[in-house]
Amino acid sequence: MTQTRAVEAWTLRPLERFVAEAGARLTLLMTPAGQVLAQHGFTRAVDVMSAAALGAAIVASSGELATMLRQRQFSALNHQGVEHGIFLGAFDTPRGRLLALVVYGPDSSVGLVQLFFEEFVTELAAAAPAEERGKAVLAADFERELNESLATLFGQ
Amino acid sequence: MTTRFRRALDNVTRVRGVRGAMLVAGDDGLIVAESLMEGVRGNAVAALAASLHKRFRQSMDAGAAGAPHFLHLQGDGGTLIVVPAPDGILVVAVGDPNMNVGLVRLEMLRAAEGLT
Repeated sequence: MTQTRAVEAWTLRPLERFVAEAGARLTLLMTPAGQVLAQHGFTRAVDVMSAAALGAAIVASSGELATMLRQRQFSALNHQGVEHGIFLGAFDTPRGRLLALVVYGPDSSVGLVQLFFEEFVTELAAAAPAEERGKAVLAADFERELNESLATLFGQ
Repeated sequence: MTTRFRRALDNVTRVRGVRGAMLVAGDDGLIVAESLMEGVRGNAVAALAASLHKRFRQSMDAGAAGAPHFLHLQGDGGTLIVVPAPDGILVVAVGDPNMNVGLVRLEMLRAAEGLT
């Protein structure tokens, strides 16, 4: 059975609702740095890490393109494939800027994903705690926190 | 919006009781052209109507009944009508519960034919 799991508990209910309503196959909620807050549908840690890194890189690249074009940052990107589509959206919450990577199949559509993504963003913004500032990232803590996050995301 | 699309939608929205009409990309659920009254959430109607049409099409396929030509949903507060047009476009109209469905249907079928 496909499961939805969250490192940060406040993201779980909005994500579960979004996945159910938009018919998303895979969803990853993360920070612009690629730190995963919650996921749905992934079964392997390596896939989550790869998707998070690639998603964050795409948003960063498109952000730089927007800067070069002297435009505001793109808020959403959609890659339409034959079987699957990939939707990548960035939005602000009290917890800071977040990204969502959504993979949907032929039983959904970009219109549905966009529609329920708006509600997802609103629910996350309402549920999000304030951003923690000034917290130093220590090398010693990094691996432990990463392993804890992956254990939470995959229930190990 | 191109003149062709505008004309197709104007003939539908001219019918009394129609709150809005749209051309929607059936696979994507995105609006191609719209003529809506204020208060109608076009993107929501487009996405959900396209999804509904897809499900009905699958159901009818499963029942070997061919493709749907006309979907009509009647609610307490309004009416939703979907007519498939060529190239995967859907003509979608929303209106009052007591609008003249026969006339709307006729105009929507003409609009769909006009898109060929």
